[in-house]
Amino acid sequence: MIRLEKRPEPSRAFALAAPVLAVVATMIAGGMLFAALGIDPVASILTIFWEPLFGEFAFYYRPQLLIKGAPLVLIAIGLSLGFKAGIWNIGAEGQYIMGALFGAGVGLALYPAETWYVFPLMVIAGAAGGWFWAMIPALLKVRFGTNEILVSLMLVYVAEQFLASMSLGLLRNPEGMGFPGSRNLQQYPSAFNADLIAGSGMHWGVVAALVAVIFGYVLLSRHRLGFAIRVTGEAPRAARFSGVNPARLVLFCLGTSGLLAGLAGLFEVSGPAGQVTIDFNVGYGFTAIIVAFLGRLHPVGILLAGGLMALTYIGGDIASSNLGLPAAAIQVFQGMLLFFLLAFDLFTNFRLRVGRTEAV
Amino acid sequence: MDLSAINPVLFIAGFLVAATPLIFAAIGELVVERTGVLNLGVEGMMIAGAICGFAVAVETGSPLAGFAAAAIGGAVISLLFAFLTQVMLANQVASGLALTLFGLGLSALLGQSYVGIKPPRLGDVDFGPLADIPVIGPVLLSHDLMLYAALALVIAVWVVLRFTRLGLILRAVGENHDAAHALGYKVVRIRTAAIMFGGACAGLGGAYISLIRVPQWTEGMTAGVGWIALALVVFASWKPLRLLIGAYLFGGLVQLQLNLQAVGVAIPVEYLAMSPYVITIVVLVILSADRTAAPGSLGRNFHASS
Repeated sequence: MIRLEKRPEPSRAFALAAPVLAVVATMIAGGMLFAALGIDPVASILTIFWEPLFGEFAFYYRPQLLIKGAPLVLIAIGLSLGFKAGIWNIGAEGQYIMGALFGAGVGLALYPAETWYVFPLMVIAGAAGGWFWAMIPALLKVRFGTNEILVSLMLVYVAEQFLASMSLGLLRNPEGMGFPGSRNLQQYPSAFNADLIAGSGMHWGVVAALVAVIFGYVLLSRHRLGFAIRVTGEAPRAARFSGVNPARLVLFCLGTSGLLAGLAGLFEVSGPAGQVTIDFNVGYGFTAIIVAFLGRLHPVGILLAGGLMALTYIGGDIASSNLGLPAAAIQVFQGMLLFFLLAFDLFTNFRLRVGRTEAV
Repeated sequence: MDLSAINPVLFIAGFLVAATPLIFAAIGELVVERTGVLNLGVEGMMIAGAICGFAVAVETGSPLAGFAAAAIGGAVISLLFAFLTQVMLANQVASGLALTLFGLGLSALLGQSYVGIKPPRLGDVDFGPLADIPVIGPVLLSHDLMLYAALALVIAVWVVLRFTRLGLILRAVGENHDAAHALGYKVVRIRTAAIMFGGACAGLGGAYISLIRVPQWTEGMTAGVGWIALALVVFASWKPLRLLIGAYLFGGLVQLQLNLQAVGVAIPVEYLAMSPYVITIVVLVILSADRTAAPGSLGRNFHASS
């Protein structure tokens, strides 16, 4: 007879081991999935996790890791603050789009002025765009008690339609021969979010992601607000008694996560993506949810998880061109990771007891 | 713009079709939430059902076999959520999101070879001479079997929840799982069964989109209907008959939006396409004041030791 018994204290060791176990389990289950698709499981897992780091063309893929990882980490840090407090912003994808549109909009409006302040203004506008989009669910929740999960998610679909309208209309490149999409910001030096060291993949978004990690760490472990976030998540009533203002916390958590998602969008559209197009967003806002959980909602963990997730993106690309692994298989792979993590999390708070229950 | 170009008979018939996937998904989720479980994976289960149903309908040539497969597919994938939340006691919000992300990926993987194929058509139910009655015939009596099945399902759920012992047990588990456990009900088993019912319903809703409403397969084709279904449950205050009204309201608005696109209103297509989502938000705001109707144990996990 196997049964679950609640641990008196959550196990710290297991809290750290669960993500590692989840990755191993995902490799095994993912390998089985790939085998079922008729692709060599060992080769594909190796391609995904080894090739981008140490393979023959690693010099090309390593910068890509920074480019893919930075937006994931930036968004996930913001999401983790809310998730810790039980405030569920799952519309980061929409905030990412709005940040990119606001930022790129400012840059395109100033075209072709070549001055130093173009890019800083775009950064501010990008952050403001994401913040503004996240304030909609925040204010509705504070004022009317509306469910922030549903509102923030609905706003993703609204933002996608808005993006379509912008890239076909207002922001369309007037010299683009009628093709949809804006001017390419990579060809506009004042607005281009270029690599700080050429070819390293180290653009301003990477810097912002690292700053966000430090900011998140200091906030959660050293600041009163971080304490308020943690108490609210673990014991909402106790938080109320200790003087936490729930409304302000909602505004702060949603606002910050929107702001960071907006920044991620701006850095992407002005750098690696280069232009506003109908589908320049590739779902970072949703993948960042996995990153936040995989990183145990801890800033340092998120940094590692973001790197790992970037690895699966790039490794997945390599596997798809070398081994013919379908792109959707990688999406399933990432979804599995979250499943296994949530499942293994049980053992942080419970332990298995084998044997008969003794009569009390 | 010429509004008279919208044929009212076709319009109403159209919005009954538009509302049906929502009814399926929302009535399943309503039962799940009445047992105290918040499953945010509706979108994932719908899209899984959409591709299962589509694939089986294409392979067998029988749309009804497709719907059966969709229900099974939805129920099977919902077991993942049931396992996580009922056995592994994982957070319900996170598990639901995981189910949605996983379902979207899985359906894209399964659906690769089905892009651009036309599924077999499910014929309309033959009401004989009744279908020739002017207005009522074409509006109400010229639809496929599944549309009527959705209506029957809502009424069946209403009857079961309100008038039967089974309904009483389901509601007891949802209102206070500790009390239900103390009375000897198997909370985890009852909830797992409810989650599977919700998965099967969501699967049917998804298949209705891929087999009848659109009808073809494209990646991510449910486009938020699962999330709107979740909002609809809140809108309905967890009551089946109110849910029906809500679904028809939404269906009507979606259909109106499509019709306005067709007659060339001076509003850009993108803004019209936003409208169902914006309306959902507005409705949530209007109705969020009354949350006393929510089941008492909604979203809380149960373990016999605690």
